[in-house]
Amino acid sequence: MEKRTVFSGYAIPLALLAPQLLITVIFFYLPAGQAIWQSFQLEDAFGTVSQFVGFENYKLLFERPEYFKAIGATAVFSVLVGTLSLALSLFLAVQANKALKGASFYKTLLIWPYAVAPAIAGVLWLFLFQPSMGMVARLLQQWGIPWDPLLNGNHAMILVVLAATWKQISYNFLFFLAGLQSIPHSLIEASAIDGATPLRRFWTIIFPLLSPTTFYLIVVNVVYVFFDTFGIIDAVTHGGPAGATTTLVFKVYNDGRSGGDLGSSAAQSVILMVIVIALTAIQFRYIERKVNY
Amino acid sequence: MSSISRLALLAATALTVTAGSARAQTEITWWHAMTGANNDVVNKLAEDFNASQKDYKVVVAYKGSYADTMQAGIAAFRAGNAPHILQVFEVGTASMMGAGKAIKPVAEVMAEAGEKFDPKAYLPAVAAYYSTAKGELLSFPFNSSSAVMWYNKDAFKKAGLDPNNPPKTWPETFEAAKKLQANGHATCGMASAWITWLNIEQFAVWHNVPLATKGNGLDGFDAVLEMNKEPFVRHFKNLAEAQKTKVFDYSGRTNTGEGRFTSGECPIMLTSSGFYGNVKANAKFDWANAPMPYYPDVPGAPQNSTLGGASLWVMGGKKADEYKGVAKFFAFLSDTDRQAKLHTESGYLPITLAAYEKVKASGFYNQNPYLETPIKELTNKPPTAISRGIRLGNLVQIRDIWAEEIELILNGSKTPQAGLDAAAERGNVLLRQFERTVTK
Repeated sequence: MEKRTVFSGYAIPLALLAPQLLITVIFFYLPAGQAIWQSFQLEDAFGTVSQFVGFENYKLLFERPEYFKAIGATAVFSVLVGTLSLALSLFLAVQANKALKGASFYKTLLIWPYAVAPAIAGVLWLFLFQPSMGMVARLLQQWGIPWDPLLNGNHAMILVVLAATWKQISYNFLFFLAGLQSIPHSLIEASAIDGATPLRRFWTIIFPLLSPTTFYLIVVNVVYVFFDTFGIIDAVTHGGPAGATTTLVFKVYNDGRSGGDLGSSAAQSVILMVIVIALTAIQFRYIERKVNY
Repeated sequence: MSSISRLALLAATALTVTAGSARAQTEITWWHAMTGANNDVVNKLAEDFNASQKDYKVVVAYKGSYADTMQAGIAAFRAGNAPHILQVFEVGTASMMGAGKAIKPVAEVMAEAGEKFDPKAYLPAVAAYYSTAKGELLSFPFNSSSAVMWYNKDAFKKAGLDPNNPPKTWPETFEAAKKLQANGHATCGMASAWITWLNIEQFAVWHNVPLATKGNGLDGFDAVLEMNKEPFVRHFKNLAEAQKTKVFDYSGRTNTGEGRFTSGECPIMLTSSGFYGNVKANAKFDWANAPMPYYPDVPGAPQNSTLGGASLWVMGGKKADEYKGVAKFFAFLSDTDRQAKLHTESGYLPITLAAYEKVKASGFYNQNPYLETPIKELTNKPPTAISRGIRLGNLVQIRDIWAEEIELILNGSKTPQAGLDAAAERGNVLLRQFERTVTK
């Protein structure tokens, strides 16, 4: 039976909702409204002159092949980073959840990268893979791989995917570990006694019981790859070579901040917002059905 | 315990007293982008000025890279708290000129404050670049540089090349790079930092070929790019060819690849003359610089080079008294001795004629000829209508577009002609957009 509280009148429910509503209005509706307004304007960088141009900023975007290229790069980047960071962190969490010597030491090390700022994480990977001084890059070249992220778009993409994945693994790891620890041991032991192999135990018991955590992390990771990765891309490849790593959010950042083209940048961010809202809605509509709470 | 609290009280009193005296002074804020040794130079200038008089106090703040500093200035202006003085790199010049009431022309600041100010005192190439078509100086030239070719003398010797007779033309340079590559520089025969500045902007001016109509934008904001022609096409064909064998190796869009020269990996590096301090501090081999190469069959080449570096812009909407302080500070900076010292310490160009003559007379260039190379380039021939400089709006963004197309040419995805066509076409879209937002 569900528990329901029935309020008489609107005053108390409104008062209870007010803080959350206020935060949503200030940090979401107002900026989003401002972005929509800005996307219909053509303005110089200093904001001294602006004119209403209707949908021109949007029209210009879809006339350019670069924008479609950015959509393609975003698809590749987000699928790779999302899959890799979720799969790797689940694997690591399962391993760290076993009774190990020094388990807490490993856990600390795995959580560590979360505290690193995106730009620093980017620079770290850049140093490892910089063609003329990076340790890993030199190793690759010794093995005969012509590693060159400055001119080879695939190499650059690998590099930003690695950096963005590494940065996100800690967060996913923490949640997976907490999820794993809340699974009753008796269930796993019972299936072990029934003769289930570790792999079977994982797929038929642990994974389904983890599904609320996994679902939550999918939503959070989609938001991460779509919105939070421009710092890493800016530091590692600056969107290059030739736009190979220019994702939608990096383009929003670069056109608006470096280029001073706020109208186009706002139009792009509105489109990005629509995409992410749609993706999240799809996830709640179709994937959440498969979640066992 | 009581001694500590007494100390705290003393400190508090001291703070109040300092704050009190600071309030009587008018503060002038200066946002800049100088790092390393040049950051010290900026701090020293402010300190010296503050010690030289009592009415004004210049407060400096480092705001990151050139692009970061400009963006910080723009954001601050939008928020209503711009600094008085903003250091803006030469790429941002057109954007600042189009900024209307966001800026105040330096000539106006000096005239209103009654400070002595003669634009003719500046090197013509420098003054012309930062002036309107009518000759009104808009920003105060601060650190100017030009592009030169740095080379590793030891590597030249090893490859059987004459270290005192560096290549002058592009064909000679590619030949030299081939020889260098065969003699211990397998990964990089030569390289270029600031890929677009060196190979499109400076390249155009040095060959006296137009990069854009309307005198490369100096005569109007309706300039149209036309760099999808000769000799640009030929040059990128040669670079793409050399890239295949690493005779030339691409080193990124900015100057992050410069370290490949000082580490000894790339024996030839085309970059700013402002690289001097870095080379002096870090290169463990014998080095020198020479003027940029040119294609000898292009009529009139080499012409003259154009400026890099940055100038100081005065932001609009401040109080009259504050502008007086800015004018005083600029007068202080223009002093010949100070300019001469700035030049010899930082490696940037002397920006007044008097300072140049003074340093020259002192015999400084006999020991440091590489500090004179950029000056010789800038003054190689009197500037023509297309070699005065480049002033294009949205250039920060346009450079990114050019770099993207160059990357496609160098990795073989596009032919030089197709890449340069796209570079011009995409750049023109941004130029037209800039034209629509210009105030004047």
